[in-house]
Order: sequence, then structure tokens, then C-alpha cells
Amino acid sequence: MAECHPVGFQWAMAAKERGAKIFHVDPRFTRTSALASTYVPIRAGTDIAFLGGVINYILSNELDFREYVLAYTNAATIVSEDFRDTEDLDGLFSGYDPDTGVYDPVTWQYQGHEPQAAARDTVIERETASPLQHESHGPGVSWRVDRDETLRHPRCVYQILKRHFARYTPEVVEQACGIPREKFDEVCRAWTENSGRDRTTALVYSVGWTQHSVGAQYIRTGAIIQLLLGNIGRPGGGVLALRGHASIQGSTDIPTLFNLLPGYLPMPVAQLHPTYSDWVTSICHPKQKGFWHHAPAYCASLLKAYWGEAATPDNDFCYGYMPRLTGDHGIYKQVFDMIDGKIKGYFLMGQNPAVGSMNGRAQRLGMANLDWLVVRDLFEIESATWWKNSVEVETGEIVPTECRTEVFFIPAASHVEKEGTFTQTQRLLQWREKALDPPGDARSDLWFFYHLGRIVRQKLAGSTLPRDRAILDLAWDYPTHGPHDEPSADAVLREINGYDVKTGLTLRTFGQLRDDGSTVGGCWIYCGVYADGVNQAARRRPGGEQNYVAPEWGWAWPDNRRILYNRASADPQGRPWSERKAYVWWDGKKGCWDGYDQPDFEKTKPPSYRPGPDAEGVEAIAGDDPFIMLGDGKGWLYASSGLLDGPMPTHYEPPESLVRNPLYGQQANPVRKVYDRPENITHPSPPEPHVGVYPYVFTIARLTEHHTAGGMSRYVEHLAELQPEMFFEVSPELAAERGLTHLDWGHVVTARGVVEGRVLVTDRLTPLPVADRVVHQIWLPYHWGPNGWSRGDSANDLGGMVLDPNVLIQEGKCGTCDVRPGRRPQGRELVTYLNDYRRRAGILESHHTPIITTDTAAESYRQGRPDK
Amino acid sequence: MGVRTWFESWPVYRQLTGTDPLGRGAAAMSRRSAELAPRTEAADSMARSVCPYCAVGCGQRVYVKDGRVTQIEGDPDSPISRGRLCPKGAASKNLVTSRFRQTKVRYRRPYATEWEDLDLDTAMDMIADRVIAARAATWEDVDDEGRPLNRTLGFSGLGGATLDNEENYLIKKLFTALGAIQIENQARI
Repeated sequence: MAECHPVGFQWAMAAKERGAKIFHVDPRFTRTSALASTYVPIRAGTDIAFLGGVINYILSNELDFREYVLAYTNAATIVSEDFRDTEDLDGLFSGYDPDTGVYDPVTWQYQGHEPQAAARDTVIERETASPLQHESHGPGVSWRVDRDETLRHPRCVYQILKRHFARYTPEVVEQACGIPREKFDEVCRAWTENSGRDRTTALVYSVGWTQHSVGAQYIRTGAIIQLLLGNIGRPGGGVLALRGHASIQGSTDIPTLFNLLPGYLPMPVAQLHPTYSDWVTSICHPKQKGFWHHAPAYCASLLKAYWGEAATPDNDFCYGYMPRLTGDHGIYKQVFDMIDGKIKGYFLMGQNPAVGSMNGRAQRLGMANLDWLVVRDLFEIESATWWKNSVEVETGEIVPTECRTEVFFIPAASHVEKEGTFTQTQRLLQWREKALDPPGDARSDLWFFYHLGRIVRQKLAGSTLPRDRAILDLAWDYPTHGPHDEPSADAVLREINGYDVKTGLTLRTFGQLRDDGSTVGGCWIYCGVYADGVNQAARRRPGGEQNYVAPEWGWAWPDNRRILYNRASADPQGRPWSERKAYVWWDGKKGCWDGYDQPDFEKTKPPSYRPGPDAEGVEAIAGDDPFIMLGDGKGWLYASSGLLDGPMPTHYEPPESLVRNPLYGQQANPVRKVYDRPENITHPSPPEPHVGVYPYVFTIARLTEHHTAGGMSRYVEHLAELQPEMFFEVSPELAAERGLTHLDWGHVVTARGVVEGRVLVTDRLTPLPVADRVVHQIWLPYHWGPNGWSRGDSANDLGGMVLDPNVLIQEGKCGTCDVRPGRRPQGRELVTYLNDYRRRAGILESHHTPIITTDTAAESYRQGRPDK
Repeated sequence: MGVRTWFESWPVYRQLTGTDPLGRGAAAMSRRSAELAPRTEAADSMARSVCPYCAVGCGQRVYVKDGRVTQIEGDPDSPISRGRLCPKGAASKNLVTSRFRQTKVRYRRPYATEWEDLDLDTAMDMIADRVIAARAATWEDVDDEGRPLNRTLGFSGLGGATLDNEENYLIKKLFTALGAIQIENQARI
């Protein structure tokens, strides 16, 4: 956090000054570790084993915040009698289908809910990363569940969780993670002692956590601890994601992602959503609690925003125009399709995949096989110049005079040369004022895409082809201003907020959106950012003039709430858990919720409210159900649906590992997404032979002085001077083992690539005793490429693409490698060098690690089909 | 210059006789440094902005004089950052005024070994033609079972986490209306 979010880290330091303990868990001792109370080293890729150990500590000592857990989580809910755990099946849950490589989750359901999951197609869910929809809400379940308030029923979630994590003992943590027993005990004691009525603990992660084949389950494990200890929805608590780009939260909320529409509405899938009603019904899940019940209004308002007057109730708001997914259309699939010549054109907008994406060689080979490429950036980044100065030009794999790709570099406006909103990491939108016009041909992306759309529409005007109706009927009339006809970002923000079609007045809250076509709403969760005709994101009441929540600085979705699910900051009766941790509470005299923040609850629904037996949606949320976007109103210790790789997190080794899974016969995530391609070879991993060819672990991260793929830092003199050169870090022990000399050259090798840099020998890295061996870890920063003031090899050339099945994000934070002294080979010799390694490892042509490494798959399949 | 004036202009004299015995303020100033004013005072305008690097969202104040950015500072009003910026945020002025900044359209013809110049309007027109052609060549109306697809897999887009919400909104809207479903950004990596 001190390295990559330094200004945010001031708050961790402020807490430390007031007595808080800071624990930093990281494979490498960083500037965060230096300022923390305790540094905990960990083997990369073992976070579930570590956090699972914490869960075991909590449950085996009954240290959970019982009143919170009983009232606000699904701990008491009874699960299907057909459910089988990884403890029963050697690392698999019930329902695994070895043919498709996914689970049938029918046996994971709550008791009596099994039929609801019967119709699910988890193959298509994995291909379309459909669990990502749940970023704004939980997946649908009915709220009528069987509960055992004593938590003694052997099939209640509490007992299932306890059994699942019982073997995650301190010894196993030490063996799997390399974390010494006393450090682990210190973490467990501090976390539990600092949680409860009077105290809360925050869990902060950076999004490297997502870059694992079990990334979503990492975060689940953290969330389970925080729920057990009563740290969700309360001040000083939470699971806080530190995201890496100025508006990466915004680009997920209003997604430039293949599988989502604004507000986490799913893109229609051809097989599942042929009609409007199929699409809408799949979102609003009849019989569940919560605000997702109003999905028809969110859907209709979005389509009205897209197709304006053409969208009417009679034509299902032009749903017929919507393009459909049929499977995986994610970036990794695209890269291979580019290599195979299936994709003709590619737009890059402020992203530099030649350096920033895993497996850089595959990225560059893909771009070299396009018809055309448009790069929009401030600088001539490597993704614009790979045709003249990449490693592949060195090796002869790309020959400029034989490469047909036409490249357009269209310079972009900087953040001070345009106006608009960024959404920062805690869902806060802040409007930026424009300081001056962009220079020369530089233009905003608003300009570029607005005018591109305008020109395409002009060229297609008069077309009678059915396929052109969607673009010709598009609501694309934005006011423009200035010498370059810049479209109005303000007008776009109003459309995102939503307005009443008749009056044109902006809406105040998403509760005003309608399903009859009378409202426009471009992104339902952002409704309210333009409440009362005022740009709320532009509010800048100084922090010193407000309470510490600072609700009048910018605007947070939804409804300007700064802590989600903050109903949980009060007890079931609506009273603060303690005066010290008061945040929102029920004011019986006024008959409403009150507090420092906007209550994340219906303002006048009293804590005593109980829904009738037939209630659905918002009406079904009881007065003590804080988790208003989840189908049962509860925080989920156990996720009966929503995740494709299991209802509970389970430790799996990374796809490339040096050791056997210490807990189960199943080595790695059995549902992971694999691309079996010669450009994407995975190293042998136990129980396979030849693991010793790539005998070390590498992990990749950022430096304070550079930013991501370097596109905004290597071209900046001050930053290039602060970190002038590619380097990598090794421990003194590894340096001795491999003959590496401090500040001399060295290089790191994988089957995908080889990267050179200066060797930094430092005890910031520690050899970890794991199982019966020592694991050495190498750390590399990934900011470099051949352009800019500061140049060097790109560490991401080392990585491969094996993906988390829930969100299709790659395992980018741990792989195996070799390291050698001296510079890497150049030109054709580099290819020979890589092939020598592959030949020795037995993976010359193509290889991925075996998906199933236990004998229980057939049993899991059988157990998953109790009635078949 | 008289002897007295000369003597009084000597910093050590001022340090020993004046109100600044440690020599860290007035005593150490020359006439030039005493007359210096911050660039922020002389600015023609100031815009309230947000740092473009990570997602903490630190407040920035952007000062402009004579059509140039002259200073970017942390915004002390921000309850998030309280006026602070990290090394990257503090280098933002350098980012937007970098001499590496490319402000002209560059065009690489197929099989070329160097860039050439291209007019922006021509480039936009060429790109629009290529979008239309790629779409026409790869359009899919229905799948094997006759279910609607309405799409093209002929072109794709990558990027968005460094852009504004309004920009991402228009990109997604335009791609969707063109039937282009292959759009991704940094959130996937």
C-alpha cells in the first residue's frame, strides 16, 4: 500500500499513530513492511491456506462475533444433504464433471433450494465470466431457508465451514506458506482481539490478489473472516480493494468489458437470452429479496438511453438490436484469435498490452497479424511500435517489411485537457475540471468515439440492411462545443444518471427508474450523480468543513453511500454496537435511520419489520437484513451460488508450482480456464516430472515511481530518474546458489520468455522452508519496455495465461522460472535458448498442467447427481 | 553600494543581528529570492482536478498561465488526500508537458519501416471505413440454431481504466450498437 497507493497509506499511518497494529503480508519486504508493526513473509500463491488458518483459529476457539454472525450472516442456514466437501473428495466438491471441467452446483444449494440450480449452465457461465456480474450484488437465491439458530445442526453453514477449515492448522500454514508459527499466532490473536462490539479491523488488498487462478476465492476467504468477526458494514472494517488505475472502478461499473453492460447488467448470451423477457428474468430472480428485483426498470432505462425514441415497450426497447455472446470473448481469447487471423482491427485506448499484459510475446504476435490497429495514447508506447523495436523483431519472428498491420497513432488528451469523472477505488466519483485545450491533434476519447460514431453513421445513412438499424437508430446527438466540436461530457453524465423522458428532469435515485420506457438511465447504480440537476460529483466542500465521512466531497454509488451495507454497523434492534463504533442507527423518535453516512437501508423501515410469507424483492428485506443486495439479505460465509469453483475457498497450488498441494490430492484449481496453445506453455508442476528445470518462483509487482506498463511514467523525466533501469531482486542465498552478483546483469527464464535486468541482492526476499524443501522467490517490477527515457525488458513476457474461472483474470502473480547470471541471448539465439529449456522440461511443443490430479473425480460427479 | 549596505546584505550579519538566528528564513534570502513568488500566484486560472495515476483519487489543482500548465499541486481541501501527492502525482505536470508527448497523428502503412504523417480528419475517415468493412466482412446474424447474434467478431477494443466514465460509456454504447462485443480493459488483467 505504501508502494502503490502512498497517499492512501497516510490513513494506515494515522491509525498506527493512534495505536493500531499494521500487519503486512507479502512475498517481499516492501516499503509497506518497513512501516508496518509486523511483516509476515508468505510463499506466493498460498493466501487461502494462510487465511483459512485464521478461519480455523476463529472457529475452533469460538472467537466469532456471535450476535453479528447469527443475525447478519447465513451461518445458521441449512445446506442440502447431498453436499460433499473437499474434505470428503480429496480436494473436489460434489458435482465436478471431468468432461467439461466445471461443477454442477445443484448439491451446493441450501436445503430445499436444489431445483433452483438445476437449470444452470456453468460451462457458459465460466466462458462469459458471469460471476463478475455480482460486483454490485449477490447472485439470486430465494430467501426462504431452513435455519438452526443454535448453529449445532451438522449441515448448517457454521458447522460445514468449521469442518472445511479444520485441517488448516498452524502447522499446515507453516508448511504451505512458509509462515513461522509465532508470526501466524500473532496475526490470529491481533485480528480477533481487535474485532467485536468496540473494535473493528480492516482488510486491505491490492488487486494483485485478483491475479490468481483462485483470485475470487482469495477475496472470499478474506470476506469470510471479516463476516465472522463482524467487520463488514462498520467503520474501520471492510474488505478494501486498492485498485490500480484512476478509474478502473468506473470502467467496471460502466464497463468496457465484453460480458457486462452498465451497472453490472449482463450482456445477453445467445443460448440463454434470446428474448427480452429471458434476459430480464435472468437478472431479477423472482422469489429473492432486495433491490435487484427492480431489474426490469434498470434494463428498460438502459435500452432507452441507447436507442432513444426508437426504443418502445412494443419492440422490447430494441432488445433485438443487442449483440449476443456465445462464449468466451475475453482479451486472452482475442489475443489467440488475432494470432490466428480471425480479428481484423484493434483499438487500444490508454492501455499498453505489449508491456502490461501477461505473455507479451503472444500480445505482440497478435498485433502483428491484424489488418489495422488504432492506438490512442499520450506517448508512442510499445503497443504502437512493436513493428520496429520489439523482441520479436530482434528474433526475426516479426519482419517489418512482411508485416501487414496498418497502425494509426491518434494522440490523446491528458487528464487536465478534458473534463469528466473518474471513479476511485471506493466507488467515489470525482469530476475533473478542464484546465486547457489539448495540444495539436490530441483529442479526448469522448471526442474520438463520438466523432467516429458520427462518421460511421453518416457513411451508413440510407442503408436498408437490418444490421445497420442499431447504429442508425442509436441516440447519438450530444451537444458539442469549442473549435474541435468537443462533445459535452456533462450531457453524457446526465444520460448516465438518467432522466424523465417527458420532463427531461434528472432523477434522484434508481428507485425512480421505470420499466415502461418513461425513463432513461445509462447506468442505474450511478443514478443520483446528477440529482436535482446538479453535478454531484463536482462537489468539493473542503474535508475540514465536514464530518469524517465527508459526504459532500464528490459522490459515491449507490446513493452517495460511503460504506456499503452500513445497516450492519447497528445491532439487530438498530442501536450502534458500541458508542465508539456508532455509524448509522435507527432513530425511533424520528422514525428513520440516521447517522454520519447515508444509511444503506430503506430510510423508514424499522428494525422490527418482518416480511409476509409471500413477499418478494425490497418488501422481503426484514428490518434486520443488512445485506440488501443479496437474495436472502445475509452476508455469505458459504456461497451456494455465484462462484464456479466452490461454495467455500480451498487451497490449491498455483498451476505452476514447485510443491505438491499439502492438503489435497487435487493440486490446482480444477475449474481454471486453460488455453492450450504453443504460445502459452505452462511448466511442469507436481505430480509431473521435470519440475526442476524451472526451479524457482517469480512474482511481479509495481514500484512507487512507475505506473503499470510505464506509459505514464517512463516518458516522465522525474520518474525515469528515480527508477532508471529494469532490475530484479533475489535473496543472498539464491544469489550464492546461482552465482548472481549484486548490480551485475542477470536474466530470468520461463517457457514464454526471458527477461534481463540488474540483479539486486537483498534480504527483502527470504528463502522459505516449505514442505521438505526451500522455496526461493524472485521479484520483478514490470514497468519496462524499449521506449521512453528509462528502458528495459518487460517482466510480463515471463507470464502465461491461466485464468480464474469466475472472472477470467490470469494467474499473474506466481509462476516458476530459472535465473542465471549475465545478459540474455539476443536474436535467434534467444529462441534456441528458450527451446533448450523447454526440451529439457519435456514441453517443447505445447503443455498445460493436468487439470485433475486426484482419483475422486468420478465420485464427485456421481455425488453431484443424487437424483439421477 | 555603500559599505553599510554591502555589510547588511551579508547573510551572516543579518543572521547574527536580525530575527533569524538559525539562518533558515529572512537572513538567508537574497533580493532575488525575497522577490520570488510561487507560480501558483501568477497563474491565469486554476482547475480542480484528480490525479490520473492510481485509484486513490487524490485531489489536484492545475495552474495554467499563457496557455501552459505551470504547476500541479495537491488539493488541501480533499478529504481523501489532504493536499498530498505521491512521486507520480507530484510529477503530473511533467506528464502533461513531457517533451516525449506525441501531438501529431502518426501512420504506419502496411509493410512500412517508418511512421509517416497523416491529417487527423483523413485518419478518422480511414478508420471509419475500416470499421465498416471489418464489420461487413465478419457480420453474424444468427447462430446455427437460428438464434439472433447481431454481432461482429471482426474488431475489438482494449482500454478504459485510465479514461473517464463518460468516455467508457460512449465506447460501450457505440461498440454495442455496431454489434462489436469484444471490448476489454485493465480490469481483466
